Amino acid sequence: MPTLLDYRRRIRSVKNTQQITRAMKFVAAAKLRRAQEGVFHARPYAKEIRRVLQSAMQRVSEPQHSLLERRPEQRILLLVLTSDKGLAGAFNTNVLRRAAEYLRQLQGKDVQSIAVGRKGVEAFRRRKWKLAGEYLNVSTHVEFRHAEEISKRIAEMYSKHEVDAVYAVYNEFKSVMVQQLRLVKLLPLDPESFAHAGAEKKAGDSETKKESAELLETVDYIYEEPPEEIFAHLVPRYLETEIFRILLESAAAEHAARMTAMDAATTNAGELITELTLDMNRIRQASITKEIIEIVSGAAFAASS
Amino acid sequence: MLPQDIELDIVTPERFVLHETVQSVELPGKEGDMGILPGHAPLLSELGVGTLSYRKGSDVEYFAVIRGFVEVLPGRVIVLADACERAEEIDVARARAALERAKSEMATKSFADADWDRASLALNRALARLQAAAKGGVAGASEESSRH
Repeated sequence: MPTLLDYRRRIRSVKNTQQITRAMKFVAAAKLRRAQEGVFHARPYAKEIRRVLQSAMQRVSEPQHSLLERRPEQRILLLVLTSDKGLAGAFNTNVLRRAAEYLRQLQGKDVQSIAVGRKGVEAFRRRKWKLAGEYLNVSTHVEFRHAEEISKRIAEMYSKHEVDAVYAVYNEFKSVMVQQLRLVKLLPLDPESFAHAGAEKKAGDSETKKESAELLETVDYIYEEPPEEIFAHLVPRYLETEIFRILLESAAAEHAARMTAMDAATTNAGELITELTLDMNRIRQASITKEIIEIVSGAAFAASS
Repeated sequence: MLPQDIELDIVTPERFVLHETVQSVELPGKEGDMGILPGHAPLLSELGVGTLSYRKGSDVEYFAVIRGFVEVLPGRVIVLADACERAEEIDVARARAALERAKSEMATKSFADADWDRASLALNRALARLQAAAKGGVAGASEESSRH
């Protein structure tokens, strides 16, 4: 039977934990806000580069680039985005489960992975999967140079024919409560996607799209250099922008997941404290009652003797 | 009649920098500086490293711009820069430190070294920032860039 003191200690410990989870929740909320801003700020550039790429492509007689080249998919590279720290609910578990599923599907093919985030790196090492690269400490503050580094590595492997296709698994930020798992193809780039990727945006954009489509037909460019050359420089840029977007999405999803998880933990700790306090009071009362009985019976004995 | 204004947009991968209605734009093309006035023919070009400026009324604003692309459409200029900073935002002390670092790096490395290229790029970036800051009238930036 636990004593009163045990209960006091237990409650204090739960309270401390609750303070920590509450602090983590606020930190995650602040980071989430920053990540969302990042997503928001990255949109205009992504939109413009898609449009420029599209219009440049229409002016190139035969769009050719090593990143557009299609090959039978024998060797696959999988980019897996996880977090560096835990305590984010099912965030990492979900991504890694999806990655494992996908790897099973690809059995018999040569598959390598690039892991972003410490959790992913650790999981891959544990399972002895082939790691072609690892990137740590990205999600706390996603910068474009992270996307550049990753993109450079991927593009190099692809251009050197070390892999035939590149996919990415990541959590997409839907809302604070909801993260959606996504598996997308990064390479080879699909020229169609330049044209259609813009369509997913809000309805207000459709007008500007129509406008720019009209412009495309009427406008004849002056080129400072051969369009092929500009096209060749735009394509890797597009890949970087795509990877940047994925990194930002995953970071926002991570902070949202952690915020939700820590909110739940704080609530649970609160419930636990209420229960423990109730139990403690019951014991305290029981001991008081016991003492009174002892006194009363002691007095009765004294009186009778 | 020719149009009088240009809608100028500057974006970088990390942020939306600016949208402004201006009368002229000057920017560093890969093959040399170019000036864009209203009614300019459509153009698509790569950007180099240098100073971008635009005129709005009697005001002139300066930016350091580091590579990227520029697209000129009728009445519109879109700058897709890798990095772009308004003169007032430039950290002069940091740019100067980067300049010195790049210089000493280039002095010790051989010309064929990959590090030399990197240092030379860093040097250009730092110079572009200092020049833009100097043109924009930021204190303490002028003396360094005038020497180059």
